[in-house]
Amino acid sequence: MQRYSIFSIARNALTNHKNWHTAWRSPEPKPAYDVVVVGAGGHGLGTAYYLAKEHGITNVAVLEKGWLGGGNTGRNTTIIRSNYLYDESAKLYDHSVKLWEGLTGELNYNVMFSPRGVMMLAHNVHDVQVFKRHVYANRLNGVDNEWLTAEQAKAFCPPLSIDPGARYPVVGAALQRRGGTARHDAVAWGYARGADARGVDVIQNCEVTGIDVEGGRVTGVQTTRGAIRAKKVAIVAAGHTSVLCTMAGFRMPLESVPLQALVSEPMKPVFPCVVMSNAVHAYLSQSDKGELVIGAGTDQYVSYSQRGGVQILEHTLEAILELFPIFSRCRMLRQWGGIVDVTPDRSPIIGRTPVENLFVNCGWGTGGFKATPGSAHVFAHTVAKGEPHPINAPYTLDRFKTGRLIDEAAAAAVAH
Amino acid sequence: MSQSCRTPEGGRVDRAKPIRFTFDGKSYQGCVGDTLASALLANGVHLVGRSFKYHRPRGIVAAGSEEPNALVQVEMGGGRSDPNTRATVVELFDGLNAESQNRNPSLERDVGAVNDALSPLFPAGFYYKTFKWPASAWHKVYEPRIREAAGLGKAPTEGDPDRYLHRHVHCEVLVVGAGPAGLAAALAAGRSGARVILVDENPELGGSLLMESGTLGRVEPGNLAFARRAAADLAAMPEVRVLTRTTLTGYYDYNYLTALERVTDHLPPGSGPDLPRQRLWRIRARRVVIATGAIERPLVFVGNDRPGVMLASAGRAYLNRWGVLPGRDVLVFTNNDSAYAAAIDLARAGAKVTLADVRPHAGALASEAEAAGVALRPRTVVVDTDGRLRVQRAYLSEIDGEGRIVGALGQPLPCDCLLMSGGWNPNVSLHSQARGLLVFDDSLAAFVPGEAPQPNVSVGACNGDLSFKGALEGGAEAGRLAAGAEAKPGEAFGANEPEAAPLLPLWLVPSDREGLRAKAFVDFQNDVTAKDLGVALTEGLRSIEHIKRFTTTGMGTDQGKTSNVNALAIVAAKLNTSVPAVGTTTFRQPYVPATFGAMVGHSKGPLFDVVRKTPIHDWAEAEGAVFEDVGTWKRAWYFPKAGEDMHAAVRRECKAVRETCGLFDASTLGKIDVQGPDARAFLNRIYTNAWMKLPVGQCRYGLMLRDDGMVMDDGVTACLKDDRFHMTTTTGGAPRVLAWLEEWLQTEWPDLKVYCTSVTEEWATMALNGPNAREVLAPLVEGIDMDADAFPHMHWRSGKVAGVPARIFRISFTGETGFEVNVPAGYGRHVWGAIWASGQKHGIVAYGTETMHVLRAEKGYVIVGQDTDGTVTPHDLGMSWIVKKQGDFVGRRGLERPDLKRDDRKQLVGLLTEDPDLVLDEGAQIVADPSEPVPMTMIGHVTSSYDSPDLGRSFALALVAGGKTRKGQTLHVPQLDGSVAAVSVVDPVFLDPEGKRLHG
Repeated sequence: MQRYSIFSIARNALTNHKNWHTAWRSPEPKPAYDVVVVGAGGHGLGTAYYLAKEHGITNVAVLEKGWLGGGNTGRNTTIIRSNYLYDESAKLYDHSVKLWEGLTGELNYNVMFSPRGVMMLAHNVHDVQVFKRHVYANRLNGVDNEWLTAEQAKAFCPPLSIDPGARYPVVGAALQRRGGTARHDAVAWGYARGADARGVDVIQNCEVTGIDVEGGRVTGVQTTRGAIRAKKVAIVAAGHTSVLCTMAGFRMPLESVPLQALVSEPMKPVFPCVVMSNAVHAYLSQSDKGELVIGAGTDQYVSYSQRGGVQILEHTLEAILELFPIFSRCRMLRQWGGIVDVTPDRSPIIGRTPVENLFVNCGWGTGGFKATPGSAHVFAHTVAKGEPHPINAPYTLDRFKTGRLIDEAAAAAVAH
Repeated sequence: MSQSCRTPEGGRVDRAKPIRFTFDGKSYQGCVGDTLASALLANGVHLVGRSFKYHRPRGIVAAGSEEPNALVQVEMGGGRSDPNTRATVVELFDGLNAESQNRNPSLERDVGAVNDALSPLFPAGFYYKTFKWPASAWHKVYEPRIREAAGLGKAPTEGDPDRYLHRHVHCEVLVVGAGPAGLAAALAAGRSGARVILVDENPELGGSLLMESGTLGRVEPGNLAFARRAAADLAAMPEVRVLTRTTLTGYYDYNYLTALERVTDHLPPGSGPDLPRQRLWRIRARRVVIATGAIERPLVFVGNDRPGVMLASAGRAYLNRWGVLPGRDVLVFTNNDSAYAAAIDLARAGAKVTLADVRPHAGALASEAEAAGVALRPRTVVVDTDGRLRVQRAYLSEIDGEGRIVGALGQPLPCDCLLMSGGWNPNVSLHSQARGLLVFDDSLAAFVPGEAPQPNVSVGACNGDLSFKGALEGGAEAGRLAAGAEAKPGEAFGANEPEAAPLLPLWLVPSDREGLRAKAFVDFQNDVTAKDLGVALTEGLRSIEHIKRFTTTGMGTDQGKTSNVNALAIVAAKLNTSVPAVGTTTFRQPYVPATFGAMVGHSKGPLFDVVRKTPIHDWAEAEGAVFEDVGTWKRAWYFPKAGEDMHAAVRRECKAVRETCGLFDASTLGKIDVQGPDARAFLNRIYTNAWMKLPVGQCRYGLMLRDDGMVMDDGVTACLKDDRFHMTTTTGGAPRVLAWLEEWLQTEWPDLKVYCTSVTEEWATMALNGPNAREVLAPLVEGIDMDADAFPHMHWRSGKVAGVPARIFRISFTGETGFEVNVPAGYGRHVWGAIWASGQKHGIVAYGTETMHVLRAEKGYVIVGQDTDGTVTPHDLGMSWIVKKQGDFVGRRGLERPDLKRDDRKQLVGLLTEDPDLVLDEGAQIVADPSEPVPMTMIGHVTSSYDSPDLGRSFALALVAGGKTRKGQTLHVPQLDGSVAAVSVVDPVFLDPEGKRLHG
C-alpha cells in the first residue's frame, strides 16, 4: 500500500499527480472465498479489514450492489458518541470511540475524527431525569459524560438559544467531550483501501440475489455477476438485511424505515460542536466544509424508498430554528434519505443466525455510523472464530426470544 | 454617467430611475429592473468573489439561478443578513448593500490566494492523505484552519425579523417555467378552463424570450410581444394563477411539489406592504408540465475562470435584457451555433467581437455574423488566458479534425470579456427529482428526459427541443393534454429559424499548458479542475458518485447545474467509455437552495408546537403558579407564595393536602371514550386485569403493556354503561395510547366493534384530595349521595356540581380521600372557582405537579415513564396482583419469556438515605460495593426522590436488581462530586400502608 503523507503529496506534485496508485482495485469475483461479506458500507468494509488484519483471513470478498459507501455510510450525519445507558451499550460504543481515536493512523487515511463534543439538550424535568441517569451510569462505566447548566451549555455552543421564554427552553445538557464527528466517506474509503491492500476483493455493482444453504449450512451466494461459493457469509446490509435473510430462509426482527438528513449552504465556522435534542427532534453540527448538517427523525411508515416525507424534514427545521433562531435565513442546499433497519429494542444484532456459518450485523437503526470501527472489529472476531467477542456476546438474535433486551429506546423513556 | 458599461438604449431596465446600491462599501448606481449582477456589470465590475479552495478571483458566469461564482452576502442590517446569495437573482433596490465573501482583507488582495500558489500540494482529496500526524493535531491544529478557510458567507448573528408563510393548493395543471413552452402550455391549459398554476423564477414572464434582441434570426420580431400578450391573456383567466419570482424547489411523490416565492425580497426592507418575505407553496397537481428550459454549458479550457469569462447566453442576456455591454473587446468561444447570436448582438451594440469556433463550419448565422463585423476564427480554441482580476488576453490555437492543436501555439488576443458556449443541457432536474429516467442524446451531447413514472411531461428546451417553434407547439399540446382537453393541431406560430449546424462536443479543450499550475475548471465554485477528475481516476475511483465526493465536483451551492455534464463527459473520455455508461449522480431537492425560515413558515416560537393549556390555566397563572412542560401541555408545577422557593411551596402544599385538602388541576390527563358492543372485551385484552365484570358506576385501575410485556401506560377507567367506558391515560401518553388502541383495533382485531375517541379536551378535571375533601365538595353537589358508604372509593357518580352537569370519580393519587370532578371544559373555571370558594374555610390549597409527585411517591404509587422506562414489568413493580391468571391480553406472551421471569430483575423498592437531608438525584445509580474500581457494577437507579414533610426526611423510589429480597440491606449511591451516599432498602410504601385514609 502506498503510504500517504505530506511528503507523498509533494513527491506526486512533481509528476503532476499522475502517478498515484489506485486506492483499491476493481477485481472480478473469484469462484470461491473463505468469507463473503455482503454490503460494502463502513461496517462491511471494516469487517473485511479486521478479518484480514487481525485474523489473517484474506481470501475475502465484499460484495456491494451499488458503489462502496453509498448506503447509510455515505448518508448519515456522522455523529460519534458512546454515552449510552446500559453496560452492554457503553462497552460496545466506547470500544468504537477508542478505535475512532486511532483510526486515521491505523488506516493511514485521514478520517477526520473530530472530538468536538456532543451535547444533548434537556428541555424539561423528565429530560433532566433521563440525562442525569445517563451521566451517573456513564461515569461509573468509565465513559465521559457531564451535566451542564443551561448557561454552561450556551458557553459551550454560543449559537444556542437558552431563552427561558422559548417554547421548550433549555434547562440543562449532558455533554460528552470525547464525542464528535468524522468524515463518513473517508471511513469507507480508508477501510476499502486497507482491506484491498491486504488482498480483500471489494466487488462493486454486484448484487446478491440468493443465498445458498445446504443442510442448514451456508455454501455461497448467487449474484448478478454469477454464483460465488463461500465457507462463511456475513450480511452487513443495513436496511436490506431482512430481504437477504429471507433469501436464506429465516425472518429477522427488523423494520426498515426512511431516515432523512439535509445540509445548508457552506458558511464560515459558526457551530463548534454537535447538539442533539430528543425533545424537539433535531440534531445539528457543522461540517469542515462549512455546511450545517442536520438530521431528521424517521418516517412513521416502513419503506425501502430512500426518500422520506417532506413534513418530517420541515418539522426538523422548525426544531432547529427553535433552538437556533439565527439560522432562519440560511438555506437548505440538499436533502436526502437512507433506509435504516430498526430492531424492537433499538440495539443491533451482531452474531450467528439459524443458518450455520451465516452471520449478521444489523439493526443499527439511526445510530450505526458511530459504531463503525467497533462493530466491524467485534464482528470480524465473530466471523473468524464462529463465536462472539465478549463485547458483542449480548447482541444475539436470540434475545428477542429470551427477552434479555438492551432497550436503549426505552432507556430514553418518554414524557409522562 | 457612472454606469460606464450601460448601453444608451435597449433592455428592460428603466434608465430614468437610477438607484443607489453598495458593494464592498463602495457606492454605485444602477437602474430599476437590474439585478445586482447586471448593475455591477453596468459599472464595469466583473470581480465579485473568491473561489472556495484556491481563493481565485471570480466574476459573474451566468445570468440566472445556475450561477456558480457570483455569491455575495446581502447585509441590510437588523438581522437581515443573507450569505451565499447569487448576485444574478438579487433584484436591485434602492439602498441594497452587498459584500463579497471568502476573502481577507479584500477582493483585490486576498491572503487566501496563497492556496492558489500552493495548489500543486492541494490535489483532489489531499486532506485524506495528510494532516494525520500527530493524531490529536487534526482536531486541534489542522481542522480549525481548514474550517476557517472553507465556508463561503457568514451565518447571520441575529434572529430573523421577517415572516414566512405556507400556502397549500391543488390544481389540475401545474406549469413550471414561463418561457415560450411554458407560456404556450399555460395558455392552452387555461383556455380549456382547467385550474392552472404557472410558476417562474423571474419577475416577469418570458423566460428565454427576455434575452432575445428581437432583431435577428432565431426569433422573429414580435415574439417578445408574444410573452406580453400571453401574460395579459393568462391574467384574464380566472382559473389561472401566475406566480412570478417563484422557483419550483421540490418534486416529490404523488405529484406533490413545493415552490418558493420571493414575495418581498426585491423591495427595500420595511418599505412594502405588510407581506411575508417568502412564501412556500405546497402544490398537489394532477399533471405537471415541466418547461424549465436549458442551461448553457461552459467550455473547459485552461484559464476559463477569470472574471470576464462568462456564458455566451449570459453575455447576450446582459446586453439585451439589462442594457449592459459586458465587454468592449469580446472573444466568443463556442462549439455550436447558439453563441453566434451573442456575437452578432454585441457587435451591433458596438463591441469588437472575435468568434473562435471549434468547428470548421457554422450554420446560417455565420454570414450574418460576418456582416455584423464579427471576426470568425473556425477550428480555433482558447488554450489559455491572462489577467489577474479580469481577463485581459486569450491565447488561441488552431486544431485539426481530431481536436489536436496544429500550427502556431497560443496566439495572444487581447479581450476584456470572453463568452463561452459548450452547448446546452436540458434542465432535467425536476423530471429527475420525480424519479424520471434520463437518456443521452448524442446530437445535443446532453441528457434528455426519458420515461416519467409520475404524471408529468417535459416540453421545449428541457425536453431537448431547442427550437422556438418546437417549444411553442410542444408546449401548447402538452398544456391541452394535461388539462384533459382534446389534442388538436396547434396554432401556427411565426418562427423563421435559421438552419443550425451540429454541435461538436469538445469536453476538454486541448492545451499546451500542461504545467503544474495550468487549471481548466469544471466546477467553478468548488475549484474542481479537469486534472482533479484525472487524479480521482488515477486512484482507481470509477463510480461517478465516488468521483463527485472525492473531488467535490457538483457539490457547491449550484449543485453542478453548469458543471455536471462536463464532468461526466471528461470522466467518460478519460475512461474511454460513453457518457451514459458513466451515468449521472442523483438530482436532489431543492432545485435552488431554500430558506430554512420559509420551510418552517409560521411554525416557530409559540406556534412551533402549539401550547396546550387547561381551562384552569389562567387562574393558576394569576395565582403565581410556576409551570412545567409535560408533553405539549403547560402544567402548574407549584404555587409559590411571596418569598417561597419551590421547596417551601411544595412543603406547604403537601402538608395542606395531608391535613385538610388541596385542589389539583388534572385536566391534562388523557381521556378516551371507548364504546361499542365489544368495548368490554377490548379493555379485557388491552389491560392486564379483568374487565368483564366491572359494574356500571365503578372504576378500575388498569395497566397497559406493550407486546413485549413491558409497562406502557396506566390509568383509571370508569364503566359508564355496559358498552361505554371512560378511559384515562397519562398526560404525555395520551396520543400514543390512542394510536395503540387504534392499531390493535384496525390491524389485529377488525372484528371487534369498538370506537375510540379522544375526549381529553372536552373535560376539565379537578382532583380534590384530603381529609376535608368531602366537606368542601358536598355543599356544591346535587343529585349524588356523598356519604362515604353510598359513594365508596373506586366508584363514580353523575350529578351536578355548582349547578353544572358533572361526573365525579372517587379516586385518589395521593392516598387521601379523593374526588375527581369532571365537568365540560367550558365550565371548568366556574366549578374550580366554586370549589375554591367552598374550601376557603377549610384552608384549601392549590397544588401542582411537584406536590402530586411527592404525595403519590409517599404512597408508593408509580408514575409510568418516571418509575418505569419501558423495561419494567408489572411484577417488577410489585404489581403481580394486577396480572390476571386466566385469559389473554397484550403483553402476556412477552411476559412469559424467561428473562422476564428472572428473580434478579430490577424491582421497585423504597430507599432511605443515611443522611435524612440528602435528596438523591433522580437517575443516580446504585452499587453494592462502593470501593469497586470503574467500571463499577450498577445494580439499580433512583427513579423518584423527594423531601417529605410528612416523613420529616428525604425518601426515594428505586429500581434495584433483586430488590424484593434486599429489604434492610445497605447499598450505595456514588455522587457526581465523588462522594458516596449510603442508603437502606425499604418498602416502597412510606405512608398509610393499610390505605385507611383513602376510605375516609
